[in-house]
Amino acid sequence: MYTEKVMDHFSNPRNMGEVEGANGVGMVGNAKCGDIMQMFLKINDEGIIEDVGFKTFGCGAAVATSSMATELIKGKSIDEALNLTNSAVVEALEGLPPAKLHCSVLAEEAVKAAIDNYYARKEGRDIECTCADCGHDHEHEHAHEDDESEEA
Amino acid sequence: MKRVYMDNAATTALKKEVLDAMMPYLTDIYGNPSSLHTFGQEAHKAVENARHQVAKAINAADDKEIIFTGCGTESDNMVLLGIAQRYSKKGKHIITSAVEHHAVLYTCERLEKMGYEVTYLPVDEYGMVTAAQVSEAIRPDTILVSIMFGNNEVGTIMPIKRIGEVCREKGVFFHTDAVQAVGHIHIDVQDMNIDLLSLSAHKFHGPKGVGALYVKKGIVVPALLTGGAQERNKRAGTENVAGIVGLGKAIELACSAIDETSAMMTHLRDKLMTGIAGSIPEVKLNGHPTERLPGNVNFSIKYIEGESILLMLDINGIAASSGSACTSGSLDPSHVLLAMGLPHEIAHGSLRLTLGDDTTEEEVDYVLEVLPKVVERLRKMSPLYKG
Repeated sequence: MYTEKVMDHFSNPRNMGEVEGANGVGMVGNAKCGDIMQMFLKINDEGIIEDVGFKTFGCGAAVATSSMATELIKGKSIDEALNLTNSAVVEALEGLPPAKLHCSVLAEEAVKAAIDNYYARKEGRDIECTCADCGHDHEHEHAHEDDESEEA
Repeated sequence: MKRVYMDNAATTALKKEVLDAMMPYLTDIYGNPSSLHTFGQEAHKAVENARHQVAKAINAADDKEIIFTGCGTESDNMVLLGIAQRYSKKGKHIITSAVEHHAVLYTCERLEKMGYEVTYLPVDEYGMVTAAQVSEAIRPDTILVSIMFGNNEVGTIMPIKRIGEVCREKGVFFHTDAVQAVGHIHIDVQDMNIDLLSLSAHKFHGPKGVGALYVKKGIVVPALLTGGAQERNKRAGTENVAGIVGLGKAIELACSAIDETSAMMTHLRDKLMTGIAGSIPEVKLNGHPTERLPGNVNFSIKYIEGESILLMLDINGIAASSGSACTSGSLDPSHVLLAMGLPHEIAHGSLRLTLGDDTTEEEVDYVLEVLPKVVERLRKMSPLYKG
């Protein structure tokens, strides 16, 4: 079902965990649909992603796409990271089953949500909700800055 | 690497004795049971012997009440579509439960599109339907009640005998999908007031591709497949002779040792359930604590997702199953867990481990050693887990 690359990233996820001193954190998806991705970015003054980490609740593809997305943006500029597409993630993983493509979309959205959060903090504006809409009625369950999420 | 098979509700290993019984019918005795010559009559005799073995195992009054089919799904389809067609003059109402196998549920949906009305009885937190619910739902135009014997996901055993009683009192046919129960718990169709029963060989160490349907004498279930006169005109198509012989042998073996194997499996099941509940925090047993199939263990493991658990267990050599959405290709997790009232996020993290009569204590211990580590690893990865 999964490529060797997917299984490799699932069994040995890269950059897993929170990043100390992260200045951009985004969370997308929701537990009701079975996928939540949280992305942590540490962006330096030159706008380079110095460090990145992720935490994911989800299937094998969700874990693997998160892991791959972190690899693809580590050391890159914000603009480069914003250009990350879900298909680039899929390609880097050497393919995903059709039913799992939404995981790669979520990974792209998680990166964007974290960057958005970085800008929001910088500009001191309200942090926008970036919860991915899966079509279900659900309470927004993602954590904003300093939120304590208690779900599940 | 160690390999442990804990997915016996999906399918079981073919027993050596069963294969030995089947072999002659895959080699030397290749006649068509419908043929008049000796080649054919030898095969015919084997099919009739298997029919007797099945009838005996479920205490059918007459061998003729057994029809061989291609699988449990076919038996379910045959009952629902057949009874609906044959008895539509009496009415077009069917009663089933919300936790049935899709072979029943999707066929009911088909019938709804054909103008039939289906009542899907809700279940309690254990996945159980009561006889009282069935009684209240029966109407003058009800033609069939179809309630499964033991649930394939959470293992809950329904009060079949009492439901059968209610149906008999009210004069409504009672079908039970007993695919998960046959060969694992005692079934007596006469004592339990069962009119129609579906079973499948590969769930009790028989071969895949063969099932059977019990139809109580006097009830007419028209053929789903038409053509030849096989199975007394009830199921056209040349018999899967070797498969049928295997089914007969497997059901005989399973039912002759049912007390011992069931006691042994229940012991291992309970060890697994207690072990998981004791070693992993924040888990919830799904299904009934005691009214459950001897081989079924089903837990929801909070903060992590089912498919990830399966993949990680598989990496460690353990074959398991899940009611997770990700294993079914839809966003919704198991209809059974949702019907039992589990929230989506908890239902996503379900793990099913199903034992067979060949499961050993050592294998259970191995699962109890590996699973907590797998859960811990995945929880560390989860943004929902704050422990």
